[in-house]
Amino acid sequence: MSETAAISLRDLSKSFGTVQAVDGVDLDIADGEFFSMLGPSGSGKTTVLRMIAGFEQPTSGTILLAGEDVTGRPPFARDVNTVFQDYALFPHMSVIENVEYGLRVKKVGKGDRRRRAAEALETVRLGHLGSRRPGQLSGGQRQRVALARALVNRPKVLLLDEPLGALDLKLRREMQIELKEIQRDVGITFVFVTHDQEEALTLSDRIAVFNDGRIQQVASPRELYEGPQSAFVAGFVGTSNLLTGPAARAVVGREGTFSIRPEKIHLDAVPEGARTTEGVVREVVYLGSANHYVVDLDAPPDGSGDQATLTVLRQNLNAEDNRVSRRGERVRLGWLPEHVIDLSASEAQPAPMEETA
Amino acid sequence: MEQGAAGRSTPGGTLHRHPRLRLGLLLGPPMLWLGVAYLTALGALFLTAFWTTNSFTGDIEKVWNLDNFRQLWEIGVYKTVAFRTLAIAVSVTVVDAVIAFPIALFMAKIASRRWQRILVIAVLMPLWASYLVKAYAWRAMFSATGPVHWLLDPFGISSPGYGLTATVVTLAYLWLPYMILPMYAGLERVPNSLLEASADLGARPGTTLRRVILPILTPAVFAGSIFTFSLTLGDYITVKIVGGANQMLGNVVYDNSGAAGNLPFAAAVATIPVVIMLVYLAVVRRTGALDEL
Repeated sequence: MSETAAISLRDLSKSFGTVQAVDGVDLDIADGEFFSMLGPSGSGKTTVLRMIAGFEQPTSGTILLAGEDVTGRPPFARDVNTVFQDYALFPHMSVIENVEYGLRVKKVGKGDRRRRAAEALETVRLGHLGSRRPGQLSGGQRQRVALARALVNRPKVLLLDEPLGALDLKLRREMQIELKEIQRDVGITFVFVTHDQEEALTLSDRIAVFNDGRIQQVASPRELYEGPQSAFVAGFVGTSNLLTGPAARAVVGREGTFSIRPEKIHLDAVPEGARTTEGVVREVVYLGSANHYVVDLDAPPDGSGDQATLTVLRQNLNAEDNRVSRRGERVRLGWLPEHVIDLSASEAQPAPMEETA
Repeated sequence: MEQGAAGRSTPGGTLHRHPRLRLGLLLGPPMLWLGVAYLTALGALFLTAFWTTNSFTGDIEKVWNLDNFRQLWEIGVYKTVAFRTLAIAVSVTVVDAVIAFPIALFMAKIASRRWQRILVIAVLMPLWASYLVKAYAWRAMFSATGPVHWLLDPFGISSPGYGLTATVVTLAYLWLPYMILPMYAGLERVPNSLLEASADLGARPGTTLRRVILPILTPAVFAGSIFTFSLTLGDYITVKIVGGANQMLGNVVYDNSGAAGNLPFAAAVATIPVVIMLVYLAVVRRTGALDEL
């Protein structure tokens, strides 16, 4: 894989003073892949992106682009382009001048670069706004200009630094679909940095989860969600009931670290072959399409005093579900054993249980 | 405060309910000062320029005529002085812009926070010293055995001594902070991501400078040049101290209003820098530099 990889990072590290921002990252990103780097702020994902672009010099390690060592090269000598979080459009140039900037500094003839810039603007459906100034555009339009300005250079790799972070939710969803379509059309490798796990799951072929400057896990969205290899990944990607110590003994029946997704736990109607337990509803959180039930489980009959709390996600399918007054009610919970993920192999570390995007 | 009576009887309440009154009280005194002390004086100056002085009694005769302006136009030396003054103002502005740019760039984009603060103070520091002290310091610098001579002599270059070069150098030194500060403020407002984007799109540092930094900085340069240009146009002390026998427009004004006692002619001469400045401001306004002030 490393021969054909669009990007290869070898033992990449970066420290700012005493802060180790990136700590020994090894990564191969395949040609044409939509690859996301996901993690909380300060996890090192943006620093890795900036090192690939050439804005930061790694403290140690190597960066290969299509097999070629570019570690010491300045940004203008690398065949990658970046879409910045704040778009970084040149305020003194029109939209079309912004888009053709990369071609202009590479001495592409005027007619040719105008035509290619117009095409790129057409790709992002802004063909009619070429003569405007960036200041006259909405956030979503600026975002698309930034994308066109990068794509017009036909780079080997497009780097995107939280490009949708400044957009409101509805626009962000639209842009996600558009990004995916554009990536499929142009066939360029996309490296996408985000702290929004839902965005990463929606867009990516593969995701690398970052924490504390290290990669926790690299996998496809499905593998990442269904088979997290550490408590951190289980907590950061989606929500999890993380069970350790007494809670693990109470729910799973043995020592270790385990995770169960809230939507994998059945309430009231329990399927065949499920492990069951009973408890009291402490809280019902109305989410619109679904409800979150927080259930305090009964102490197991073995008299050990082990207790646990589980969060259950249930679709609002009937009137019964909309009754918020189920607080205090006794309920029966059940889950299939295969949905309990054993994380005992990985070191137990503190994990965010609720990630707010 | 009692309920109900609050706001009704207090002056604060009255002001709160009458925003125009509040604005009037706030802006009245400074506007009065600006109107009377400044605009009236400028108007009086302009009027005086159309009067004459009786050459025997030295009294001002309030007779409308264009004699002063005719003299300015017909006597060659005044045109020479006017163009010399303009040339000095342009040179000072160019020298300041060229020196200020790297300093401002370093302060805004390279220096750490701590160094930024130190450099801002260092740039402002000369403004706290007296103008005369600084001018006389440069007189010492350019003296026959001074540091400039000492520096240039080993290279076989003789010191320019007192003259126009010394005048330009000294004025450029005096007004440099007025050029650095607007440039620094202008560069501070350029996000780093713009420079990174330019490099990312394939531009070498020189191209980024030419295509991104300088165009964005142009209004700030003009803003600074308004200071360096207008301050130079009106100056007459520096040229007396380091300029040798050379005269600028300010000297003509000074001599005519003082020793010669020809106030109307002095007023006519003084309108030249005002007109030059108005033309310059009109040109600069089109670049958006006035938004930077």
